[in-house]
Amino acid sequence: MVHITFIDSSGEKRPVEAEEGSTVMEAAIRNSIPEITAECGGACACATCHVYVDEAFVPLTGEASPQEEDMLDFAYAVQPNSRLACQIKVTPEVDGLIVTTPARQG
Amino acid sequence: MVDNIETDVVIVGAGPSALFTVFELGLLDIKCHLIDILPRAGGQCSELYPEKPIYDIPGHPMITGAGLVDNLLAQIEPFRPTFHFDQLVTELETLGTAEAPAFRVKTDADTTFTCKAVIVAAGGGSFLPKKPPIEGIEAYEDKSVFYAVRKMEAFRDKNIVIVGGGDSALDWTLNLQPIAKRLTLIHRRDDFRAAPHSVNAMRELVAAGKMDLRIGQIVGLAGDDGELSGAHFKAGKEDAVEIACERLIPFFGLTMKLGPIAEWGLNLNENLIPVDTAQFETNVPGIFAIGDINTYPGKLKLILCGFHEGSLAAQKVHRYVYPDKKLTFQYTTSSTNLQKKLGVQ
Ligand SMILES: Cc1cc2nc3c(=O)[nH]c(=O)nc-3n(C[C@H](O)[C@H](O)[C@H](O)COP(=O)(O)OP(=O)(O)OC[C@H]3O[C@@H](n4cnc5c(N)ncnc54)[C@H](O)[C@@H]3O)c2cc1C
Ligand code: FES
Repeated sequence: MVHITFIDSSGEKRPVEAEEGSTVMEAAIRNSIPEITAECGGACACATCHVYVDEAFVPLTGEASPQEEDMLDFAYAVQPNSRLACQIKVTPEVDGLIVTTPARQG
Repeated sequence: MVDNIETDVVIVGAGPSALFTVFELGLLDIKCHLIDILPRAGGQCSELYPEKPIYDIPGHPMITGAGLVDNLLAQIEPFRPTFHFDQLVTELETLGTAEAPAFRVKTDADTTFTCKAVIVAAGGGSFLPKKPPIEGIEAYEDKSVFYAVRKMEAFRDKNIVIVGGGDSALDWTLNLQPIAKRLTLIHRRDDFRAAPHSVNAMRELVAAGKMDLRIGQIVGLAGDDGELSGAHFKAGKEDAVEIACERLIPFFGLTMKLGPIAEWGLNLNENLIPVDTAQFETNVPGIFAIGDINTYPGKLKLILCGFHEGSLAAQKVHRYVYPDKKLTFQYTTSSTNLQKKLGVQ
């Protein structure tokens, strides 16, 4: 199991365990993390799974694909460390991952 | 002038469930009109994933969202349904009795319909523009902030800010630039999803000094009493600056919102409409709900379930439209009667 901590917009931390090979969005939904809507169920088609990746993990989670960048246009308050959680794969390398959720997804 | 259209059935929504139901109704000689807020048929398949492959449509090992919609449209062609696009169904009024129901349906374009049954195939709700979470933006909506352009004249000689990087943002940039006092396009990155020729046309206008392009985001608004005077623009880590403007048009895509359906007197369970599983009728006789919008024990939000629900609902609709006619079950393979309707006999 891989450890992920979600920090919501008010600063509350929620540590969860995620299965290798799943996505950060799936881990959020399974654990009823607030502030992640994931309307499209992970198809990179809704931008309601927007998260900010903790700077230390940015190199480990990789870069957004062009399709993900296009979808991020529909998110608000996008920052250089913005990602769509459904496009971040849970791998052993990202163990300890910390992501923050924005106050609103849409 | 209010147009009134009389028909057998009005279908709210034109997603895949609605489209296949047109076929099932057509086989039973039932005419219908479909209304959707989107400019085209196909619901989520057209709007959210036209190019993505779907693998669980029976008989299609793989078909794209757009491919499925094209096929459905071809399949229902013989029944010539009438589509009313770019219209939100706002009102649904029950006129008749439980035994002989009748309904009046109204849209925000002032079209009214009278019909004998209504099928709500509204999916996750109507596709409406996403609103950016800029503090206080509501106060400016419909006065200075618009999520769509209905009347171009409202933008003449104004300082306009458009936000976004897709086709809507670029198209309206090019359409409004000639009549604007000054137009500024704001996008979070210097890369656009829009059609390359409109991106090029925009870049030429910028190079010629006829409009501005700024890379960053809007973080706040300034103005008074709904009248916008400026937008606070922030590029990266720099401090926000104010761009003078009287009009703001943000394009952040669409999201599905239940909308007016909540006011139609239908029972709702967490924004879904409970139905029975024999005919998919709601608590109001004559109003049916199929596809993603309904709920019942075991419900799955799958396209194939919407197809099944539509075909069973059609049987009960027949009772309302033709109370005196008996329905006999027939196959399209072998019934010459059905084949005539399909124009293959
Ligand atoms: C990314 C993604 C992938 C998917 N993949 C699959 C898959 O592989 N297999 C599968 O079976 N399903 C899949 N689905 C689900 C499938 O798309 C839905 O089950 C299906 O679209 C539901 O069809 P529908 O006709 O009930 O509603 P929708 O497709 O949601 O259409 C409803 C329409 O009604 C309109 N509407 C609603 N209210 C109003 C109103 N008041 N006035 C006017 N118009 C209104 C809306 O604008 C919309 O166009 C996927 C969904 C997504 C988002
Ligand atoms: S869940 Fe829709 S884009 Fe991630």
